[in-house]
Amino acid sequence: MSDIKIATRESYGNALAELGKVNPNVVVFDADLAGATKTGIFKKAFPERFFDCGIAESNMIGMAAGISTTGKIPFVSSFAMFAAGRAFEQIRNSIGYPHLNVKIGATHAGISVGEDGATHQCNEDIALMRTIPGMVIINPCDDVEAKQAVFAASEYNGPVYMRFGRLAVPVVNDDKYKFELGKGVTLKEGNNVTLIATGLMVARALEAAKVLEEKGISTRVINIHTIKPIDKDIIIKAANETDLIVTCEEHNVIGGLYSAVTEVTSQYAPSKVIPVAVMDTFGKSGNASELLNVFGLNADGIINKVLENI
Amino acid sequence: MDSKIKLALEKQANEIRKDIVTEVYNAKSGHPGGSLSLADTITYLYFYKMNIDANDPKNPDRDRFVLSKGHTAPALYACLAEKGFFDKSELLKLRKVGSMLQGHPDMKGTPGIDMSTGSLGQGISTAVGMALGGKISNKTYTVYTVLGDGEIQEGQVWEAAMSAAHYKLDNLIAIVDNNNLQIDGKVSDVMSVYPITDKFRAFGWNVTTCDAHNFDSIDEAFEKTKEKNGKPWVIVQKSIKGKGVSFMEDNASWHGSAPNEEQYLIAMNDLEKISIELEAK
Repeated sequence: MSDIKIATRESYGNALAELGKVNPNVVVFDADLAGATKTGIFKKAFPERFFDCGIAESNMIGMAAGISTTGKIPFVSSFAMFAAGRAFEQIRNSIGYPHLNVKIGATHAGISVGEDGATHQCNEDIALMRTIPGMVIINPCDDVEAKQAVFAASEYNGPVYMRFGRLAVPVVNDDKYKFELGKGVTLKEGNNVTLIATGLMVARALEAAKVLEEKGISTRVINIHTIKPIDKDIIIKAANETDLIVTCEEHNVIGGLYSAVTEVTSQYAPSKVIPVAVMDTFGKSGNASELLNVFGLNADGIINKVLENI
Repeated sequence: MDSKIKLALEKQANEIRKDIVTEVYNAKSGHPGGSLSLADTITYLYFYKMNIDANDPKNPDRDRFVLSKGHTAPALYACLAEKGFFDKSELLKLRKVGSMLQGHPDMKGTPGIDMSTGSLGQGISTAVGMALGGKISNKTYTVYTVLGDGEIQEGQVWEAAMSAAHYKLDNLIAIVDNNNLQIDGKVSDVMSVYPITDKFRAFGWNVTTCDAHNFDSIDEAFEKTKEKNGKPWVIVQKSIKGKGVSFMEDNASWHGSAPNEEQYLIAMNDLEKISIELEAK
């Protein structure tokens, strides 16, 4: 892991600008948050292909659905709360049902939004998006993965929801990393416990694994960047080969990674799975890093869960 | 409008009405009232106005039609079937298990449908996106979308209206089917949307009106929309819900219910009388 920290929203904006150079069909929509979502980077490079929709997310989603039928590949952005939350039904009916080629780049997901507090901290978006048939959900863990995910989304024909964060996070992957849609990544082998992490929790899981190894607990770390469709095989293998699975996510415990993983284990490899997540509560204001600690979404939180349950 | 064309459209619209009533009767559910109020205008669009080809339904240069008031799908299905997008026998399978004709339009399953709609307020936004796509691709097609007058109670309609004017989409024509009835009663009683024309004007649109059951009036309104000044057009058409079927006319209870056998025969008899009158012209 490098010492460099980059917010995945920044990676998103940079990747869009790169993608714009190679794919003339890419257009970007935002709802008055281009500075925050970083779609402003694309706007600067390709002003004629950027459309601000104002503070009207429902209509923005509909516009994206419509323009996708004309051969364009729209990337639409807002905060996760207003994309997945406010415009849920538009995403479901205007994009999901007709399975249109729209990419939703939702930033400011989870409690790491920080000071803005609960109204803007979306811990429910993965749950909401998972319920839409055919929706692909990607929650990248770092800069390298986020950039590649944007390109992978553009090459996939169908709706994709991408989840990005506001907080600068460590770069986990090196430049040899190759993102593969729907494939989990084993970052570290181990045979006592498996940490299955997503998003910014991946770096924290790696940190936790180091400490657990020092305590003599052989710890496997898996990065699940694609939450839907989820990589069943890597989960079943972990369930069969290790004694405990701990899922790690910056999302409500209901409907997110924990649910997705246990839906697999309960059918194919019944086993003990413990969540590190937002435990069905709203967020609050505060410094993002401090908040993650308060909610137990850090290495200590993961270590404690492993020690309590192994 | 040329009198021969007008008569042909009147005859075609009456056939569309027969199809609508037959579809809903067979389905034992559906929305006849708003389908019948739209019958003349949708006939004008599909049989006279729009650049479409049943043999090439995905042509990128075609005009687009988005039925934002998606519950009046029977009217759209009747036009598509009569135009040859699919076999007319499909109309009798409306709303049944395994049918390509869903309760509300499904662009994935039905040839000729440009957008899946049904959740009110969403269609117009997709039409705005299609019109924007046309503009930035230098296409010359026109996007038509039909809204119910009750539907414009949805806030999203006004988000869409704002964006269409902002992006100067004069390749977009919206039609508001103003029959003044929605499920719970008169639009003016449930939640008034009036004045409709002033609202759209204030949102930066060109506005015109027409009598939805007079092809001269419909044609005049669409002719006006040929004037391009960087603004989208809306045609607010005064219509009669259930038009053509005596007992359904201007009656909110026929918004979303199907006729029984006896009522079906009366309805078809009403429409047959109109056919005879038109043949005599």
